[in-house]
Order: sequence, then C-alpha cells, then structure tokens
Amino acid sequence: MERKTRIEIAKPGLDGHDRGAKYIARALKDAGYEVIYTGIRQTPESIVATAIQEDVDFVGLSLLSGAHNELFPRVVELLKTEGAEDIIVFGGGVIPEEDIEPLTKKGIQAIFRPGTPISAVIDFIESKKKTTAA
Amino acid sequence: MQESIKNRKTEWEESVLNKVLQKFPERKETFTTGSDKPVERLYLPQEESKGDYLEKLGFPGEYPYTRGVQPTMYRGRLWTMRQYAGFGTAEESNERYKYLLDQGQTGLSIAFDLPTQIGYDSDDPVSMGEVGKVGVAIDSLKDMEILFSGIPLDKVSTSMTINAPAAILLAMYIAVAEKQGVTRDRIRGTIQNDILKEYIARGTYIFPPAPSMRLINNTFEFCSKEVPKWNTISISGYHIREAGSTAVQEIAFTIADGIEYVRNAMSTGLDVDQFAGRLSFFFNAHNDLFEEAAKYRAARRIWARIMKEKFSARKEKSMMMRFHTQTAGSTLTAQQPDNNVIRVTIQTLAAVLGGTQSLHTNSKDEALALPTEDSVRVALRTQQIVAHESGAANTVDPLAGSYFVEQMTDEIEKEALEYIEKIEKMGGMVRAIEAGYVQKEIQDSAYRYQKAVEKGERIVVGVNKFTVEEEEPRGLLKVDPALRDVQIKKIEEIKDSRDGSKVEAALAALKRGAADESVNLMPLILDAVHAYATLGEITGVLREEFGEYRESIVL
Amino acid sequence: MEIVKGIVAGNIRSIARAVSIVENNMEGKEELLDELHTHTGNAVVWGITGPPGAGKSTLADRLIQKERSEGKKVAVIAVDPSSPFTGGSLLGDRLRMQTHATDPGVFIRSMASRGHLGGISTAAFDAVKIFDAAGYDTIMVETIGVGQTEVEIIELSDIVMLVLVPGMGDEIQAMKAGVMEIGDIFVVNKSDREGAERLKAEVEYVLMISEKPKESPQKKICMTSARDNTGIDELHRILQTKHTEDLKSGFLEEKRKHRLNKELSNLFYLKTREFLEEQLSIGAQMDTWIEGIYKKEIKPYKFISEKMKELKKEYVKG
Repeated sequence: MERKTRIEIAKPGLDGHDRGAKYIARALKDAGYEVIYTGIRQTPESIVATAIQEDVDFVGLSLLSGAHNELFPRVVELLKTEGAEDIIVFGGGVIPEEDIEPLTKKGIQAIFRPGTPISAVIDFIESKKKTTAA
Repeated sequence: MQESIKNRKTEWEESVLNKVLQKFPERKETFTTGSDKPVERLYLPQEESKGDYLEKLGFPGEYPYTRGVQPTMYRGRLWTMRQYAGFGTAEESNERYKYLLDQGQTGLSIAFDLPTQIGYDSDDPVSMGEVGKVGVAIDSLKDMEILFSGIPLDKVSTSMTINAPAAILLAMYIAVAEKQGVTRDRIRGTIQNDILKEYIARGTYIFPPAPSMRLINNTFEFCSKEVPKWNTISISGYHIREAGSTAVQEIAFTIADGIEYVRNAMSTGLDVDQFAGRLSFFFNAHNDLFEEAAKYRAARRIWARIMKEKFSARKEKSMMMRFHTQTAGSTLTAQQPDNNVIRVTIQTLAAVLGGTQSLHTNSKDEALALPTEDSVRVALRTQQIVAHESGAANTVDPLAGSYFVEQMTDEIEKEALEYIEKIEKMGGMVRAIEAGYVQKEIQDSAYRYQKAVEKGERIVVGVNKFTVEEEEPRGLLKVDPALRDVQIKKIEEIKDSRDGSKVEAALAALKRGAADESVNLMPLILDAVHAYATLGEITGVLREEFGEYRESIVL
Repeated sequence: MEIVKGIVAGNIRSIARAVSIVENNMEGKEELLDELHTHTGNAVVWGITGPPGAGKSTLADRLIQKERSEGKKVAVIAVDPSSPFTGGSLLGDRLRMQTHATDPGVFIRSMASRGHLGGISTAAFDAVKIFDAAGYDTIMVETIGVGQTEVEIIELSDIVMLVLVPGMGDEIQAMKAGVMEIGDIFVVNKSDREGAERLKAEVEYVLMISEKPKESPQKKICMTSARDNTGIDELHRILQTKHTEDLKSGFLEEKRKHRLNKELSNLFYLKTREFLEEQLSIGAQMDTWIEGIYKKEIKPYKFISEKMKELKKEYVKG
C-alpha cells in the first residue's frame, strides 16, 4: 500500500485573501491527496509546527501581500532547524518574476503564479513525492 | 409579452431562425454571463413592461432609484475619480497623494498596510514582512500628520479603507484636521468600517462580532452629531466578489450586511433617518458589461425598498444607495498585462452605465506588484476618457429600456432577494457567517469558476487562450524591506517624547469604557490618539476587553 | 527500535512519523506498537463527537486551554471524512485549534477517515497508544458522529462527549437510538442560542426513558458556548470528576478491558482473514468461483462447506 501524500496548505502573514489557497486545497483534495488546511494569519512558526505534527510531505504557502521574500524563506529555515528539511516547500500568489530565482535559491522548490493550471501543481507534487511503499 | 410579438417570435423562429441555425450553428450551445447566468439569444419587451414602469424604474433621483440617485447624474457632476493608493511610509504616500491631486484626481483613497488594518504596530513580531507592503504603515498620530501634511483637509474628501480599527483611524483623521484648523463638522470622507465582509471575505478582522458591531454603532452615533459630512460605513461587496462570488451573491450578501448594520444601529435606539443617509456602498466592476450595469440598478432598487418597507425610513436620503466602485482586481492577468487596460476600460463603462458615485480604476500591473506611477496615470486617464470622450456621461441611465438589461435587472433582483430571505431566516448575517454559510457559497462559486477556466470552458485571453511567450516586465515598484526599521525607530521616538502618564490614563479610561457597553468609545479613543498612544496600544486594550475573532469557515 | 526511543522521549518528529506508520499500515507497525505497549496506560482518552457544525473543534480548543493551564500535555486526533470518489480529503479541523500549534505541550494530528487498511478506528486507536507512550496526559479524539466507523472510534475513549446544538430538534430523535447511547456527557453547545434550554430538556427526557437501571454511571448534561468560552469550566470539572469516579468504581478498568477485547477480536478477525485468503488463494480464484455460482454450476453453501472441510483437514490435527 502506498503511503498517502499529505500536503499542508497555509497562508503566512496577515493577508486574508484565501481564494487561491482554498482553491488549491480543494483541487488537491479532488486529485486524491490528503490536504491539511490551516487558515489565514499563520506565522512561519505555526506553519512549521503543523507540518511536523502532521508529518506532511509538502507545505504549500499562499501569499498576496508581498511579504513572500521575508516569510517564505523563514519557513524553509525553521524546517531546517527542526531537522525537517525533507519537507518540500512550494509557494504561490502575487510574486514578481524577479523574486522567483532568489526564492528558489533559498529552498522554495516551486513558485506558482496567478493563472497557473492546477495540473502544473499536481505534476510538481507527483515528480517530487516520496514513493515509500508500505 | 404582447400576444402579437409572441406570435411573431414563433413565426420568426420557424421561418428564419431555424434555417440559419441548421446551416450555421451558434458558437456555443448555451451562453452565460460572467457569473454563469444563462443569456438568451434575444430579449423582447416583457409582458407587463409598460404598466409598471413607474413602480420599477421611475425617474432618476426618485424612489426606487433604479435609474440613479440624482436627477441629472453625470450631466450635473461627474463621478469622483478616486484612486486607492498608499504604500511604504507616510512620507512616500504623502508624495503619491500630492501627485494624484495634481493629475486631476478629486478625492483621496488611503490604503493601509496589513498590520495597521489588523491593529498591530510595525514593531510587533507578526508584522514581519508586512510593513508598508499593501498600503501605508500608520502607528500613531505622528504618521497620520505626515500622511496629510500639505493637503488641506477642508478641500479634499478622503476615503479610508479601514475596518476593524476604523474608529481609531477616524479619530486620528479628526485630530489631524483639527491641528490644521479644520473643524470636524467640515471634514468629508468615508471609513470602510464594514466588519461583516471582513469575516466573510477579506480577513482583516480583530474582535468578535458583538463588540465590533458596537464600535460601528459608536461611530454612527458620534458622527451623526459631530462629523455630519462623514460617511460612516462603506458596505462592501467588492471583496466578496474578489473572493469569487457571482454578481448576484455580491449584491445579496452586501445588502444582507447592510440590513444587519441598520438593525443593529436601530436596536441601540438610533432613529433610522438619523444615520441611514450616511451609509454608502462599495461594489466591484467586472467584465460582463451588461450584467454588471444591471447589477447596480437591481441593488439600488432592492435597497430603496428594504429601507422604506422593512425599516420605515422616511427621508429620501436614507433610501438612496450611493456607491463607490472599483474595477475587478481578480480579472487582471499577469500574462500580457497591457490587456488589462482594455479590461479596465470595459469595467469603467460598466460602473458608469450603472450609475456609480465614485470610481477607482486598477492599474495594469497590479497582478504583478504595486502599481507604478505610469500605470496609475493610465488607469486614471481611462476614467477621464470615458468621462469626456465616450459620451456615456451625457444622459442618465443610458441602458434603461434595453430589453436585455431590464430583464437582467429583474432577474438579479429576484435571485438576490432569495439569498437575502434565506439569510434572514437563518437569523441574520452574523449567524450566517458563524455557520460558515456565506463563505461556503462564495467558495463554491469560486471553485466552479476556476474549474471552468481550467477546462477552457471560460476563456481568459492571454491565460488559457491566445497566449504568447513573453518577457516579464521589470522595474516593478518594490517596497524597501528596511522600512520596518524606519517605522520601529519612529515608534521608539514617539514613546520617548510623549507624556507617558497621559497615555496610561487615556488607555485605562478606554479599558473602563470598553467594559461598559453603554459608553460611546469614540471620545475615549480620541483622547488616546491625542496622547500619541499607538494604534497597537489602543487596539491592545480593546483586544483584552473584547477578545479576538477566530476564522469560521466550512471547507 | 530507534523510533520508540524517540517517542518515549517525547520527540515530536518521531511521534509524527509513528502516526504515519500506523495510519498507512507500514512495515514495522506491529513491532512498534508492541514495543510501546509497556509505556501505555497513563493517558486519559476523551472522545468528542457530534454533527457537523456543532462546534466540536472549538470545544476541543477550549479544553486544550484548560488542560494546559493545569500543566498537562494534550494530544488531539481530529478525524475528518475523505471523499469516497477520489480518496482525497481536506482536513480543516485544526484550523480552530491553531493558536496551540506552537505550544510544545500540544500535538494536533488530522486524520482522514478512509483508505486505511484495517479501518480508521484501528489507526486512531494505534495513534492514541503512540501519544500515550509519548507522555501526553490527555488525548482527545474528535470525529463527526455519523456512521459506524465514527461510533467505533468513539468507543475507544474513556469518556465520550456528545456535542449537540439547538436547532436540530428532529435529529435528536433520530440520534437517540444510536449515538445517544455512547455519550457519557451531553454537551449542549451554542447555549446562547434560542432553543438551547429546550434541547437540554429534550436530552434529559431521552436519557430518562432510555437509561438502563444498571449501576452504570450517570450521564451528565452540560451547557456551553465554546465560542464565548462559557460553561467550559463546568464541563472540565465534570470530565475530571467523572474520571476520578470511574477510576474508583472500576468502571474505567471495565471500559478499557472492553476496548482491549474489541481490539483483540478485531485483530484475530483480521489476521485470520488474511491467513485464509492466503491459504485458499481467494484473490486468485474468486473470479472462477463467481463465474461458477453465476452459471449455477456451483451451489454456494455446499461450496463453502467443502472448502472449510479442506482447511480443517489441513490444520486441525489430532
């Protein structure tokens, strides 16, 4: 039996625009994943604590306020501190092209921008997910 | 429909239409509006359309205001062109406001950063990364003084997008005006002050519904006596639509919010006509031109009837739905951003044909970042071209009498009323929100829409059709991350220079007042603001007393 | 086992991993649980159940707060249904407990109810053991009170709270036969709402007519508003008193033994079934048998009885 892939979808920072996050969460559920949705106004600390407790394989971050350069890398950093660098972090939202490369360098493995079809996110997850058999 | 027209229609379908359809089938089997309402091939005069003209449409400036709230509409005065702006520090935003006023803008619209909107100072740990990002950072009266320096507050009207801490920002505005020598009865403007849609769609809430509603009542009461030209609330459908609702849901949920505010204010003993005239609304303008125009017309009619019939308003002003419009941010695409100028043009027309009182047009680069000065100018020019060159402003309610638009208006009204009734049955909007009902309805619409785009059933030009390989534009406006340090330093300076005992006394008085529901908190907040208590300190005291709201959603 | 050391030492990552192992029925599960067995038996398990929208998660959130104020470590297992069509699930219960996310004394774990070999109740109970061994004092299991699996999960608890809200008067009639029986404490939540008193009276009535005249402990009713944090102190007091009483009366031991009985029977059943499937190569031959029965060439009872004879010849000796 294949281990179910678990994904945390979280909104770091203070913006309350959760349309995208909810859409992704629901679409990933429909694609057969176990999705843990934490709601808005999460701190990097609470996102990482959740990721570890829930033993997720992926953390998807959604942010529209422009605070991604500060908050996304902080999540990756904290995961590392907790010895959980195997958890894959990806992000989405209003993120300018020029920010993508620096974010990737800091360990955010994919950035999905507005207009990205959900199939792109699923392809990413499928290409990265662990294939530990039971 | 008249019998003769009905007969002719059948004849026409049989003799003309069917032949054509056999040879040339239509592009799609069914056509729908942007909100997924079915659209018929052809609209004809409705059966009773003549008899109830006066009742349903009437004259502009007269009940039920379907055709507009003023008799001459834009022939008298154009709508207020008001660009929402603000970023970084108060100094930077002040410069942008002066630029906009120079460019012919007629009102200010202040965007605050998220920490300000949620009542945190810039030095609070949760403010990390957010200071100055989506708007200007305001920590104390000092920032507000800088924000409006050199802008005479008796000459401009100012709209502030602030909700949970609206009372505090209004107090700061009053304080700045008085320091300029402008008395509070002369200032004009709007605070958004609409907490219900924050719970529903926008997320910048602080306190639970009951104390939040009290703060709103406090501003209603205070302004009705002391700041008579101030619009005390802007009941907003904009963010509900941005969250993915349909046009019908947008006006239905907004009006249901309005009902809750009116009922709440009346329950504290305010007379409906004492405050209802200062209620204003805020809607979205999407791409489906005719549906949108019909939406505004339907909303005006519904509101007028509710105010008159349900709340027994007597003053005409209490029944008039005046609204601000903003073009739809969610329709802007990061791909081929120039196309956004055209989208915004259509949306501008929709708002103007729908009779808006003021308008913000989005800039083409907003799907990517904060707008640059150049793109803000194009957005403003779009309004000016529609105003001065298109002719749309030359007559009142130009789309009236279009078979299509009239029928669409009726349908939207009917469907919105069904929602409103359902929410009333649930015990009102607060209940419906706590049950997660409204959020779920919006979420489902958003999900349906997005699925349709993904499947290509709905075309978004440049995104899922007519795409090109393109270079991303560079040179987007960026907020300096070091800005937070600047703000933190300012807070430190304030805290060093102010009279600490005065602050303490003011905050203690506020806390006592908060514990007593019968106290109007506005004067106490004004005292605290004058003493240079920070926004975070004032909100903090209220948080202790009121508690905090927690998200209530159904997945 | 390395992971066992981690769990007993309270290492969060180890605990989280172990829960995944039992959830997915991964290799090493049985050994892991056996090794943990001696470390278990110290935690109190509370079940929270009730219809969707009753405020279970918010109630759990408030109870976490109470337990934390007494210095206790708390684990929550929040079970949500998964989609029967895609097998996917959207787990959002922890959203209402998220203020405790960074508290090192609180561990919240979401579980989807489908797709577990051996059933979700087994997975949930195994998870309870892990938290127990890891030193959590109180473990709450939260689930929607509909359907057999949920009832099974709840039966694993020492104390069951059934959360009800006003405005569902008809449902209570339907519930009284099934779920009402498993509740130890009836929580009338959203007590500020119209109809709360009436609901309480209704519950009292149902309990009165259904209470068995046995010396089983009295069922309790408590009014709360989890949102406004009222009635929580009383509920907490009831929970504590009940635990002390059940401990003293031996009812807790009885309940836990009943639980072990269930668990062991379940395991026997599962293992026997696995064994049979293997021995009779059921998987490989099922289609042929079905074909035969469908075409009336095989009589089902005669067939089964022959198969059983074969088996007995093989294994029942002496």
